[in-house]
Amino acid sequence: MTLQRTPLYDFHVAHGGRMVDFAGWEMPVQYKSILEEHKTVRRAAGLFDVSHMGEFDVSGADAFAFLQRLLTNDLSKMTPGRIVYSPMCYPSGGVVDDLLVYKRGDGDYLLCVNAGNIAKDLDWIGEQLVALRKPDGARYDVTVSNRSADYALLAIQGPRALEIVQSLAPAAGLGEIKYYHFKDGIEVAGVRCLVSRTGYTGEDGFELYHAPADARALADALFAAGAPLGMELAGLGARDSLRLEAGFPLYGHEITADISPLTAGLDWTVKLKKEGGFVGSEPLAAEMESRASTAPQAQAALRKVVFFKTGDRRIVRAGAQVLNGAGEQIGEVLSGTLSPVLNEAIGSAIVPAAAAPHPLLTDIRGTKIALQLVKPPFVQLKK
Amino acid sequence: MSNLPQDIKYTESHEWLKIDADGIATIGITDYAQGSLGDITYVQLPKAGAAFKVGESFGVVESVKAASDLYAPVAGTVVEVNAALDASPDLVNTAPFTDGWMLKIRMDSPASTAALLDAEAYAKLTA
Repeated sequence: MTLQRTPLYDFHVAHGGRMVDFAGWEMPVQYKSILEEHKTVRRAAGLFDVSHMGEFDVSGADAFAFLQRLLTNDLSKMTPGRIVYSPMCYPSGGVVDDLLVYKRGDGDYLLCVNAGNIAKDLDWIGEQLVALRKPDGARYDVTVSNRSADYALLAIQGPRALEIVQSLAPAAGLGEIKYYHFKDGIEVAGVRCLVSRTGYTGEDGFELYHAPADARALADALFAAGAPLGMELAGLGARDSLRLEAGFPLYGHEITADISPLTAGLDWTVKLKKEGGFVGSEPLAAEMESRASTAPQAQAALRKVVFFKTGDRRIVRAGAQVLNGAGEQIGEVLSGTLSPVLNEAIGSAIVPAAAAPHPLLTDIRGTKIALQLVKPPFVQLKK
Repeated sequence: MSNLPQDIKYTESHEWLKIDADGIATIGITDYAQGSLGDITYVQLPKAGAAFKVGESFGVVESVKAASDLYAPVAGTVVEVNAALDASPDLVNTAPFTDGWMLKIRMDSPASTAALLDAEAYAKLTA
């Protein structure tokens, strides 16, 4: 299979990016050092190419009603310019993908989805367009189109991100864009962008959607403006450690077709009281009831995603066994890395809900290491 | 590779070996190896007194990306480990041939290094 490249492939190579296969894309995992890039984002700013992410237009008279059925979160309070994060579930309550919904106007939404899930999501949404019906039995009047090839996406993240982007768009009032809001049609260094105050690091920052043909000019301009303020290029390695330190889920790890958003602790994204229900709402409601139930059967079936640190520098990697005090396997590690800020191993794991208050261990090359449960984020975040 | 020290031996598994006059050899991993691994976060080493055969795993080097075994270039007994790597495993990144050394071992048979690579052969291997 040929790996896909973003419009910034040459830019990455010119800056020493180490290119690896990520979800079928040839992407920079790092430029100089994952640990340094991570710390630079927390201290100053980092520039990430995330053009591999997918974008779908969802438009039509019933776009809102359809998305309300398709997604677990509630879009009813969205006004144009707002962004909502939501899982998209199977009827089982497992997760198809997690995504951002941008409301441009009534009947006009943009979804940003994970790169590795673009084809799967399109198939799934296409099936739902046929399967889901309005209360009167009619089909939803919605058009979904894959716009992924029409957008390049740069993320600039860190305490100095605003200062850097503002220097390239002084009159645009970027500081007034609130977290999880966006403005379209802003010129940044002369490049027309949809500017979104979002990110995946837990820091303040922006994501700039723009035409692929403009990507190199925008990246060069941001690099030139940011470097004097301590900004560096950051790769997918730092993107992963930053999101884990912030306690954000990654599709395929903390949320999967087998791990529901409630199991993952994303209760705030599951609006069970939303009018008309949504795909997956019944098993998710049942999972919520099991939590409140004192019946042993209900409790035994419940699992929970937990976050841990170890006080040790040895990384507890995804797939490692989680053991109880008796040494029996009761769960599995979902993500693991070294927190560059805490200088110790951090990670997430899935365990029986009832096991969480008891000692949890893992084994690294014959040494038992205790998993100390932590309520994320692992570090104090600005956002 | 222009930065390869000429006075030491190399293995195909990217360890290096520097032999002193008294039969003590210092072992580490090459600049190429640390570059491939990326940020090194942990180095697991044996205790002094441990003995290894040629090619036997003597420890593990961990980076953010992966954990990799370390292999003994020669047979011998550990006389000293680099304790500085406990707190600063990044020395392997910043100074792989000097401050980032890992073990000193007393070689069982000082003549057993014939199978190892010289700088020129190792440079070809990693070209």
